[in-house]
Amino acid sequence: MPASFLFGQFLGGLTTAMFLFLIASGLSLVFGVMRVLNFAHGSFYMVGAYLAWQVVQWLAPMAHSFWLAALGAALGVALLGAVVERLLLRHLYGREELYQLLLTYALVLILGDAAKAIWGTRQLSVSRPPILDGGIEIMGTTLPIYNLFILLIGPAIALAVWLLLTRSAAGRMVRAAALDREMLGALGANVGAIYTGMFVASSFLAGLSGALVTPIQSIVPGMDVEIIVEAFIVVVIGGLGSFWGTFWGSVIYGQVLSFGILVFPSFSIFSVFALMAVILIVRPWGLFGRPIR
Amino acid sequence: MMPRAAALARRIPWTLVAFVAAAAIPWLGSRYETFLGTQIAIDALFAVSLNLLLGTTGLVSFGHVAYFGIGSYVCGILMKTYAVPFTLALPAAALGAAGFALVFGFFCVRLTKIYFAMLTLAFSQIVWAICFKWNDVTGGDQGLPDVPYPDLAWMSSIPGLGDLRTAEQFYLVTLVVVTVSLLAMRRIIASPFGRMLTTIRENPERAASIGLDVRTYELAAFVVAGGFAGIAGALFGIFNRGVFSDYVYWPKSAEVMIMTILGGIEHFWGPVVGAATLVLLNQQITSYTEYWPLVLGSILLVLLFVFPGGIVGGLVAGVAWLGRRYGRRARA
Repeated sequence: MPASFLFGQFLGGLTTAMFLFLIASGLSLVFGVMRVLNFAHGSFYMVGAYLAWQVVQWLAPMAHSFWLAALGAALGVALLGAVVERLLLRHLYGREELYQLLLTYALVLILGDAAKAIWGTRQLSVSRPPILDGGIEIMGTTLPIYNLFILLIGPAIALAVWLLLTRSAAGRMVRAAALDREMLGALGANVGAIYTGMFVASSFLAGLSGALVTPIQSIVPGMDVEIIVEAFIVVVIGGLGSFWGTFWGSVIYGQVLSFGILVFPSFSIFSVFALMAVILIVRPWGLFGRPIR
Repeated sequence: MMPRAAALARRIPWTLVAFVAAAAIPWLGSRYETFLGTQIAIDALFAVSLNLLLGTTGLVSFGHVAYFGIGSYVCGILMKTYAVPFTLALPAAALGAAGFALVFGFFCVRLTKIYFAMLTLAFSQIVWAICFKWNDVTGGDQGLPDVPYPDLAWMSSIPGLGDLRTAEQFYLVTLVVVTVSLLAMRRIIASPFGRMLTTIRENPERAASIGLDVRTYELAAFVVAGGFAGIAGALFGIFNRGVFSDYVYWPKSAEVMIMTILGGIEHFWGPVVGAATLVLLNQQITSYTEYWPLVLGSILLVLLFVFPGGIVGGLVAGVAWLGRRYGRRARA
């Protein structure tokens, strides 16, 4: 196999990885802080994609419609997240995990159908922003500039979130809430507000990733249930609730998928689920996580 | 008066009454009602098998559909590809599903809570990926259409059953298999083994500290639940005239969980009520609108916030409340 081919495969895997990281980062943050595994995260991503398409339709002739659409989608989904957390999720924190899982699954059903009712079942697509059109040649393979942009924005967002978590006052609060919510509450912090903020931030990331995926993937019903399982795999590989774990988990997932296709052409999906199972068996807390109490 | 009525109600063999009523459907009801009856019976078995984990043992499995699917494929492949008779294919489906449950469960029971749920989900997706891609054996994304009905010629020689259609005869077979399976599960839950499972649900640490091998008991429950799910899957493949990879896709696991919780996980018959309610509701609602998932999601929300005990849980609470009222009046 020529080196340029392998390099192309590597870049393809890395692009998949950065997309998945954008999606899974929000899932991981919410689990890390709130211990809620949000099945609806994939639905938020789907709503983000549809919203982006909608805004592009409205603003079509404008020069920067794609960027406005991405921002609009992220904000719209963040608002949706705020409503869900305040109205529904909040009331189930004290209950068993099963009920939280089922609540988020109810949202999967409702949002999936709502999207069908509003946007129909046909495939929708958004064209690449003109500024990122075309491709460049790296080591013998052509990489679309849009993919290069995704390769850069993934680590950029990872770094931004990490800096916020470790260097800002709000980030300190969030980390404290993840460690010991009762103690933080007893010290007078508004834990409820931290939870809402966390969920909103996570929804924002889901909406943003949904919008960013539209130029390279068509928007179809069912993209929600498909992506959420992939995001689960990534989060589990890295370690549930571990932020950098999610980043490296995405990178591993992308490469396994990308090179798995070469080894077992039709069983590459199998290989990533097998990876997830093996990691859960050997190290349930993931490659980068720590065992939780 | 009330206590005597209650005593009388208790003496009626309700299981038998329900069985006879259900068995009369092909004669008294329409073809469509027989169709619904078959579906309810199969879903009821699937949901009760899940509840052996969820309600009895307290294990939240998000991959129970794997064993349903394995049962479906084993039975479908044996009957269609190898022309094995149903009387052998059905036990083979149960054993196949239980075997996989043994292997997967061995790893799953080593984890708790969310990790357990995630690993069951991962295994069920592995099964799905294999069914979806292994074209030579499972038919891949095309599935296995035209799984034959079992040979029911023997039924025609029994007076009264001869003029039934094949689908109606298969309904009776399904009903008998499901009833026997349900009674077997009820027996298991009432046995000392079942009591141990409940102990594990209530307090796993305590159970371990009094010397119970918690993992082995959980694994046993997982295998039994998987085996019965396999029987439900085998029946469903025949009923649906084909086996498809959709049966093993993860949202199915959520669906059966909703069924179980809708009925009520704290009572043995709860999931049966849940299955019947959901199938009938689905049939009503899909005749008005295509947005069944939206309705299902909304039902789930109401359930979570208003009736966490499910239908049977709500009814029992209501009867207890009535009993307290009447009891007080009788004493006064």
